Amino acid sequence: MSHEKRDPLARLKERHVPPGMRSRAMQAMAARAAMGRFVLQGCVDCGAVTYPPRDVCPRCWGELRWADHGRGAQVLSVTTIRVSTDLYFRGQLPWRMGTVALDAGPVALAHLHAGLTAGDQAEMRLMLDRGGNAALFALPAGKEPDMSDRQWREFVVPVKGRTILVSDARGAIGRALVQALLAAGAGHIVAGLAPPARIADLSDSLLGMERVQSVPLDLTDPVMVAECMSKIPGPLDIVINTARLVRGGGVSADGNLVEQRRMLDVAVLGLMRLVQASAPLLQGRPSAAFVDILSAQALAGDAAFAGYAAGEAARHALLQSFRHEMRATGVRVLSVFTGPSDDEDHQSVPPPKVAPARLAREIITALETGREVSCVGDVAVDAMDRWLADPALYTRERNL
Amino acid sequence: MTAMDPILAGLVAGIASQRLRAVDLTNTLSPDFPVIVLPSEFGQCEPFRMETVSRYDGNGPAWYWNNISMNEHTGTHFDAPAHWITGRDVPNGTVDEVRPEDFIHPAVVIDISREAAADEDFILTRAFLDDWEARNGPIPPRHWILLRSDWSKRVGTVSYLNLREDGAHSPGPDATAMRFLVHDRDCVGLGVETVGTDAGQAAHFDEPLPAHSILHGNGRFGLQCLTNLDQLPAFGALVVAMPLKIKGGSGSPLRVIALVA
Repeated sequence: MSHEKRDPLARLKERHVPPGMRSRAMQAMAARAAMGRFVLQGCVDCGAVTYPPRDVCPRCWGELRWADHGRGAQVLSVTTIRVSTDLYFRGQLPWRMGTVALDAGPVALAHLHAGLTAGDQAEMRLMLDRGGNAALFALPAGKEPDMSDRQWREFVVPVKGRTILVSDARGAIGRALVQALLAAGAGHIVAGLAPPARIADLSDSLLGMERVQSVPLDLTDPVMVAECMSKIPGPLDIVINTARLVRGGGVSADGNLVEQRRMLDVAVLGLMRLVQASAPLLQGRPSAAFVDILSAQALAGDAAFAGYAAGEAARHALLQSFRHEMRATGVRVLSVFTGPSDDEDHQSVPPPKVAPARLAREIITALETGREVSCVGDVAVDAMDRWLADPALYTRERNL
Repeated sequence: MTAMDPILAGLVAGIASQRLRAVDLTNTLSPDFPVIVLPSEFGQCEPFRMETVSRYDGNGPAWYWNNISMNEHTGTHFDAPAHWITGRDVPNGTVDEVRPEDFIHPAVVIDISREAAADEDFILTRAFLDDWEARNGPIPPRHWILLRSDWSKRVGTVSYLNLREDGAHSPGPDATAMRFLVHDRDCVGLGVETVGTDAGQAAHFDEPLPAHSILHGNGRFGLQCLTNLDQLPAFGALVVAMPLKIKGGSGSPLRVIALVA
């Protein structure tokens, strides 16, 4: 068991989030930051790149458009904040910030990784703070961020040493995830196993690993969900929902309604049961997160998997609402979109397919780089690009 | 005329005086009670589910109740003849049409617990039954045949369904035993502690799934997931098993008791 111990009589430390109100232009920046992009506004008329986000070009009042930019920057000055009236930053003091000259042009105020000083070359990340707002963070150029950096940890969800629930560890994705989490140093992994239990479960080498605890879990049963939570030793930090039932079939034909109903129960109500049981536990934790894996079919209907796509779309909508609910608590809600995975559920689907091991690795990367939205594999990346560019066209193309 | 018929009065007095004992043969219907697992290409049996509508709270300040859902063959349950293709044309073959007289029948309890402990795929054969009758006496007509395998003691463990890579492993009868019980002993039905009247591997028998096929094709019933059969005598128990009156239903979860002297 990995979790920290604390004085049981000591009052629990309240967790705050940074101030929330932002302009509409800043919200647009946050929406792009959520996907891991580094974007700035550029003027359509005079070409100037501007920061912070504005409604019109500050030089010529021209129209501004978002575009991806290079991440390079140089640190100009550094300061340490020792006093703040803000509840969140009061809990984080002292806090280092600095001005950076972005290679793209503007000079910006940024949060700093430890060790960065004036004159250093930096690599910029557009992050989401605990409250879900966009913020610039400067990392030392050419180096991986140190996951123990106190300020960086406020923007990401570290995996090492943490207690993580994987809701379905029986499927290919769940198994790959348990392996990847072990490799990434997770402290304790609670592996949900949907009934029926098999004799082979007793001798499963992965489930028998020292930091892995298998627990019966079927998201269609509220009692089992509650009992699963009760069996987790110590505080729960991260939930990764891998449970899904994939079945083909259309709307007017080929849809076996008994299967479709169960599929929707796992996908939609199952997500709600898991959220309702785990969100109260996550809320008290630092850097807590809830991850859900969504098919890119959530973005548009899919004639061959009509009911499944409907369930994924419903989850997509639920996650947006859940993310909003968690803003004030600092719990990160992460939607990981993927294309068809290379497993028994997608035998009828031609390649390219996503290897479960790759999906697992990229989920950990998405957590540790502070994403809210991530697309894994060519199919999902392409689907998201096309959907963002022209949703109506994409929906037609998916259902020709 | 207020007096009860003496036969019924004797039954009431027997229960009241504890001369007769009621043994509950029912497993608790709960979400984690295992249901039969079919190969994945077939439709699956839904387990029991319960969601609270209100519990003395805002959704019902003074009352507690739940919505429940399940398959007709979830938990301790009754199989009607229409459950099987062989019984599809049997008169009164659905649970709503089972005659109420058939809810109450005596039972013979055949103990295969030792054999099942030694061999999880133990098959009950005609030869075993002949030998049993030679030791215990003949099986009377119009009785439930209850197979005491002690499998109910495995409930709550992975060895109840006993799912291995080649499927489930649990005891059950072969076709010779079933034909003997149905045609030569005119049984009411077969009651078992396992999740199905047939053995775990019975789909692979030369005559597949003989208990379902022969019982239901001849208008007989099945009882599954029974418990406490070890508390019953070989002869003399009276089984009360009343399925729900589900219109056109193939089976039903139910409470099963046995009255024993």
